[in-house]
Amino acid sequence: MSRWLSFARLWALLVKETIQMRRDRVTFAMMIGIPLVQLMLFGFAINTDPKELPAALVAPTQDRFTRAMVGALELTGYYRFVAPDATAAEAEEMISRGDVVFVVTVPSDFGKRVEKGDAPTILIEADATDPSAASGAISTLGTVAQQALQRETGNTSADPAALSVVVHKRYNPEGVTQYNIVPGLLGVILQLTMVMMTAMALTREIERGTMENLLSMPATPLEIMLGKVVPYLGVGAVQVVVVLAAARMIFAVPMMGSLSVILLGIFVFVLALVILGYLISTVARTQMQAMQLTFFFFLPSLMLSGFMFPYRGMPGWAQALGEIFPLTHFLRLIRSVMLKGADVHTVAQSLLALTVFVLMLSLAALMRFRRTLD
Amino acid sequence: MSTPAIEVSELTKRFGERTVVDRVSLSVAKGEIAGFLGPNGSGKTTTIRLMCGLLQPDGGSGRVLGHDILTERGAIKREVGYMTQKFSFYEDLTIEENLSFVAGLYQMRRRREVVRDTLKDLGLWTRRGQLAGSLSGGWKQRLALAACVMHKPRLLMLDEPTAGVDPKARRDFWDEIHRLAADGLTVLVSTHYMDEAERCHRINYISYGTLVAQGTVEEVVRDAGLTTVVVTGEATSEAANKLRGAEGVDQIAPFGNTLHVVGRDGEALRRTVARVAAETGTQVADAETSLEDVFIQLMGDARDNMS
Ligand SMILES: Nc1ncnc2c1ncn2[C@@H]1O[C@H](COP(=O)(O)OP(=O)(O)OP(=O)(O)O)[C@@H](O)[C@H]1O
Ligand SMILES: [Mg+2]
Repeated sequence: MSRWLSFARLWALLVKETIQMRRDRVTFAMMIGIPLVQLMLFGFAINTDPKELPAALVAPTQDRFTRAMVGALELTGYYRFVAPDATAAEAEEMISRGDVVFVVTVPSDFGKRVEKGDAPTILIEADATDPSAASGAISTLGTVAQQALQRETGNTSADPAALSVVVHKRYNPEGVTQYNIVPGLLGVILQLTMVMMTAMALTREIERGTMENLLSMPATPLEIMLGKVVPYLGVGAVQVVVVLAAARMIFAVPMMGSLSVILLGIFVFVLALVILGYLISTVARTQMQAMQLTFFFFLPSLMLSGFMFPYRGMPGWAQALGEIFPLTHFLRLIRSVMLKGADVHTVAQSLLALTVFVLMLSLAALMRFRRTLD
Repeated sequence: MSTPAIEVSELTKRFGERTVVDRVSLSVAKGEIAGFLGPNGSGKTTTIRLMCGLLQPDGGSGRVLGHDILTERGAIKREVGYMTQKFSFYEDLTIEENLSFVAGLYQMRRRREVVRDTLKDLGLWTRRGQLAGSLSGGWKQRLALAACVMHKPRLLMLDEPTAGVDPKARRDFWDEIHRLAADGLTVLVSTHYMDEAERCHRINYISYGTLVAQGTVEEVVRDAGLTTVVVTGEATSEAANKLRGAEGVDQIAPFGNTLHVVGRDGEALRRTVARVAAETGTQVADAETSLEDVFIQLMGDARDNMS
């Protein structure tokens, strides 16, 4: 039994922490409830291949070609023309207000050009606020419109005067699908609950005054840290089982890679999270502060990790910033393994990054830990 | 005599700009019951925390049970039992769970038996499954005390252990303290009760962060150099009015039909009281100065503790 760690003491701390966790009904319910609710909300509500997006049509001459094309577009299910006869100014206002996601502009010489056999042009402006939202709608557009025109002109031959579609929007390389969301959600759920719970655990002792007593007894900083962190690792394990089971059974997310690599990745990630939470609780004075610090960390990591927006679609500085969040590395790892079947060598870099986080955070937490009440 | 259990010198602690403990030197012999007294906010709790290694002093040094308070905190924590002023066990754990937790942290052998014996001694065996938070104030104190002697410490630091405890339990508590001290345990106990101060071997009085009096009760009373007289008779309240603020009179305290009059300048006091007694037809007799008189005098002398 070394100076730093006695198993008898650690055991006493673990038992105490587990009992407290069990007695705190609300928190306990939250630990299981948060994953389920988030999974349902994100999994079902966030539809990254949205249909029936509101659109405005600017077509000064509503000729039969225009009507045919619009009809065909509506048939794809992606577009819903809420303003089928708008002026350019009206349409501009609608898209800026967010009333429509698309503005389809058919120039006044469209019909003439089709009849003359000149290459006609249409313009699509997509609301790029959510760059991933419009990708499905846009990708179908060219072919659908072309086919509609061909039907209408009765010209089925290879058409020299092909329709050209000009799209104004941001490119979105990682087309986010629902498969992409659920594994990412595992990381987000773990991050929220693990960091927050552990961040509160030590601060609670300070707030309730029990820290004075704990510090006056012979427990070492390492024991106190492990005593706080290990029970939450257990909670994390339960959450992982819940989310992975739901991913499989409710969302039918494929599991391409090996489960053991996934679990290894999750373990290192969760370890980094609970230690981060512990670090926060050595800084915060009250539970409220701990909560605020957690969110201060949580929100940017949500934005920059590639969960909300495609990582490769972000500007370079944002990508660099994203690297400092464990979630970024975890998302890379879990998506590669779950969806692309990557093996442990392929994700070695992410695993290494997560391990570095664990080591650095532990060191910082042990250094930050106040052995006194100062 | 062997080395003292507590030997600290020039201990200083500042919170921001305020010096809360100001060059306090204290020595407590082994087996001694040392009382720690002083008005609210005078720095008793802070001094105890410094000696337990719970606060980093801004100046001074010291040894507790032979261990340096700056560098050997671990050893101090193992051998000292500290009872905090505010209840600081886990309110969401049961009485028994709290005791088991403490027993585990001190790596005690035969934990179950120790916990069971402690519960039985306390008279809490049948209530062992009750949450500590649901205990009454006095019972919380008793639980806390039991928990901090469980590991058989060599030194007890008790911060107002009997606040809110009923007289019978207080008596039992002090009997127990004396029993433990007879076996060689050293006790430093802070209190606001005079009767408890009188049950200590020596007392240390701190005011505004400075130690202003120490010694046995007799020494402290003698060193204060106060003269006390008792005024009796029909018109004590009239006498009190005349004495208030008069030359040589520092304190006037009515006790039933009698009046305690205390002053530092004995001659001036006697002169004034004799004059007032003649005017009001009351009688004067010499009296023993009590510890309380001394403390009230000391408090009056000190600057405002709340500033
Ligand atoms: N952590 C702290 N930060 C700032 N000031 C503090 C802190 N702890 C104590 N103080 C101040 O130090 C002074 C001494 O406090 P302390 O608790 O030592 O007094 P005390 O003698 O124990 O009083 P009481 O009899 O009321 O328990 C008080 O004025 C208090 O406000
Ligand atoms: Mg105090």
